[in-house]
Amino acid sequence: MKKTINIIVALVIVAGLFSCNNGGTSNKSQGALSSSAAEKVYVAPGELDEFYAFVSGGFSGQLAVYGLPSGRLFKVIPVFSQDAEKAWGYNEETIPMLNTSHGFIPWDDSHHPDISQTNGELDGRWVFINGNNTPRIAKIDLTTFETTEIIEVPNSAGNHSSSFVTENTEYVVAGTRFSVPVPQRDMSIKEYKGNFKGALTFISVDPEDGKMAIKFQILMPGFNYDLSHPGRGKSHGWFFFTTYNTEEANTLLEVNASQNDKDFIAAINWKKIEEYVNNGGGTKMPTNYAHNVYDDKTHTATSTMIKEVLTVNPIDIPGAVFFLPTPKSPHGCDVDPSGEYIVGNGKLSANLTVHSFTKMLDAIENKKFAGDAYGIPILNFEDVLAGVVEQPGSGPLHTEFDGKGNAYTTFFISSEVVKWKLGTWEVIDRKSTYYSVGHLMIPGGNSRKPFGKYVLAMNKITKDRYLPTGPELTQSAQLYDITGEKMELLLDFPTIGEPHYAAGIPAEILIPNSKKLFKLEENEHEYATVNDSEVKVVRKGKEVHIYMTMIRSHFNPDNIEGVKVGDKVYFHVTNLEQDYDVPHGISMIGAQTSELLIMPGQTETFIWYPKQVGVWPFYCTDFCSALHQEMQGYIRVSPASSNLELSWGLGD
Amino acid sequence: MIIGALLPLGLFLFPLWNITLEAPQYPIPLGMNIHINDFSDANPYDIKNINLMNHYVGMKYIPDAIPEFKIFPIGIIITTIIGLLIGIFGNYKWFMGWFVLMILVSTAGLIDFYLWEHDYGHDLDPKAIMKFTNPDGSVMGFQPPLFGSKDILNFRAHSYPRLGALFLALGIGFGFIAYFVGKREVKNA
Repeated sequence: MKKTINIIVALVIVAGLFSCNNGGTSNKSQGALSSSAAEKVYVAPGELDEFYAFVSGGFSGQLAVYGLPSGRLFKVIPVFSQDAEKAWGYNEETIPMLNTSHGFIPWDDSHHPDISQTNGELDGRWVFINGNNTPRIAKIDLTTFETTEIIEVPNSAGNHSSSFVTENTEYVVAGTRFSVPVPQRDMSIKEYKGNFKGALTFISVDPEDGKMAIKFQILMPGFNYDLSHPGRGKSHGWFFFTTYNTEEANTLLEVNASQNDKDFIAAINWKKIEEYVNNGGGTKMPTNYAHNVYDDKTHTATSTMIKEVLTVNPIDIPGAVFFLPTPKSPHGCDVDPSGEYIVGNGKLSANLTVHSFTKMLDAIENKKFAGDAYGIPILNFEDVLAGVVEQPGSGPLHTEFDGKGNAYTTFFISSEVVKWKLGTWEVIDRKSTYYSVGHLMIPGGNSRKPFGKYVLAMNKITKDRYLPTGPELTQSAQLYDITGEKMELLLDFPTIGEPHYAAGIPAEILIPNSKKLFKLEENEHEYATVNDSEVKVVRKGKEVHIYMTMIRSHFNPDNIEGVKVGDKVYFHVTNLEQDYDVPHGISMIGAQTSELLIMPGQTETFIWYPKQVGVWPFYCTDFCSALHQEMQGYIRVSPASSNLELSWGLGD
Repeated sequence: MIIGALLPLGLFLFPLWNITLEAPQYPIPLGMNIHINDFSDANPYDIKNINLMNHYVGMKYIPDAIPEFKIFPIGIIITTIIGLLIGIFGNYKWFMGWFVLMILVSTAGLIDFYLWEHDYGHDLDPKAIMKFTNPDGSVMGFQPPLFGSKDILNFRAHSYPRLGALFLALGIGFGFIAYFVGKREVKNA
């Protein structure tokens, strides 16, 4: 009897297994049942994600690197904010990276990452991101995943319609959200209207080494330039910026900047302006901004102040700048992969406006203008309109494309992502987000060749979606599968800071270029110590320079005497390892700075001010090896009056 | 016979032997190629990293150069010249002589290799950071295998001949075949 029961139980289990399998298969074919969502985002231990997602850190000032579809966080790349973990902005090498015309700025608000392109497709060489508060553009090298260049943007304030690249990375573009007096001067705020300017800055990118330089600034009327995107394909050579506050209000903007029925999308023919400045056009204006460059050979950054910028008045170049009327304070300004459609996401509008590039060219050719704003021609709304997505939701913010003729728009107020069809303007699907979605991202969704497998929606508010952590809650990203007719929510994951925007790229493009270590034989740091015979401690007056090496599992030297109270002690530390994933750290008791975390083959420097007599230890801060706990040393600090000569050693 | 005499020159082009060390934290294993006149990294910096690993158990650093790197190339060049001279001027009976000579030279090389490995694996620094003993209480050695695979602590060591050794073996084989071919030709004549 018992045996029979066992057999029945076994049969039931087997039947269950089969039916489960059947269920699983049918779920997959439907692509919309939650039971298969886990499978779709599960990246088994030891396996790798399919995409990198570079998600902006917003008010953290940094850029986070996640894997998709798993949503796992790999690295937070320090960009505009000091990072004690990586000594970014703390060690002597990277302090110059945060220099600006306002001095050393340890923080910013990072917004819109964009990956470099060649022929309109992602090439994976660099990712650019803007600092919104103290206007700057940063370039991150995707071989090292480190910030290697930051350029300040003069005449700008609230660097928000940035940092988007043209189709061959000819330019990375930075537009100002807040208009300001140009040049800055002491004047009444009430005189804003007609006097303030909005600077749109075109920063050239050297095709070989990526070096950035401000090519020209267009001084536009004093509107707020919110977001922008380049033309591509047929519209390559143009750039489009959304504007709001065309009312030019200077106070209570939430009301006063929301009065006009239509604001504008500014269409800029940058090829024409480039030609104009190449032929000597434009006005050189005195200014002051920082250009900071980190060198992978010297492992050191330098900051240069630049005193001049080339400005362009748009009315001096007929045919270069036009305004496209667009309803209600548009936020995102998005161009489809073909370059034909320009989507204006009117954030206070009930409808979504789509302009046609072909119609725009036609209207310009036939000079069908509705008037002008400060001498810049305004086209007729009806003449440039391609279509309207009727009542798709409320508060449209941003649109991206899957490369299959569909567009995906976020709606902040109604907390949803809406899928609609280019050309027919019909809504195909809508899915809720949790909650208050800002931007969304499809890998390559900003290029001629999107990888339309997932859309990542980035939310400002999470409320009850995660375990509570006191008043301050995480913001989040949500991943949707967009391979089917209907979208499918697969995953929620928390993000650092505020995820304003993201850029995604197939992992296979970046993996082969990711650097494993820095070669010691290529180390050109001024204070590098590339072998143990060069280890030394040198006194220059009150400065003591320690040329130190580190390798599993010791520092050389690890005993130093002859340092005195009142000295300024430089630790110049070189990691002699040449093995993948073997960094060492170092910190000294009482050092008023961060640790150093030094990659194989790299040299970094921190300064320690000994203030008390005694024998003080330093140690390795990254668990490097079986003998990590033994990786330590001592410095003897004598009174300022001491005559003790410097001496040092290892294993004596 | 001439082909046989020339083939061992492949040793100057290709590594003779390879030792590879696998461990979980080395998904790309550490490897060292042994050439007739050099040690080289299988992947950049492998030898440096093998040395770093091995210093924990007191093993010596793999030297940049050993006397064999001078002796072996000369030996191979001499045997090649002898082989060529025999091939051109000698009769088939000498082919067997060259074959025996090459077997002796190769065996001497292998014995030398074994002795170096034994010394490398057993002559440990008395101040070694970690000391391991065998179950019988004797000091554990870390000698890599001469031929084959073996577990050494957390590593699995593989030691196998490479393309250079194949060229040497083929050369010797050709010498041996040449002896019989020559013998038959003499008989038939």
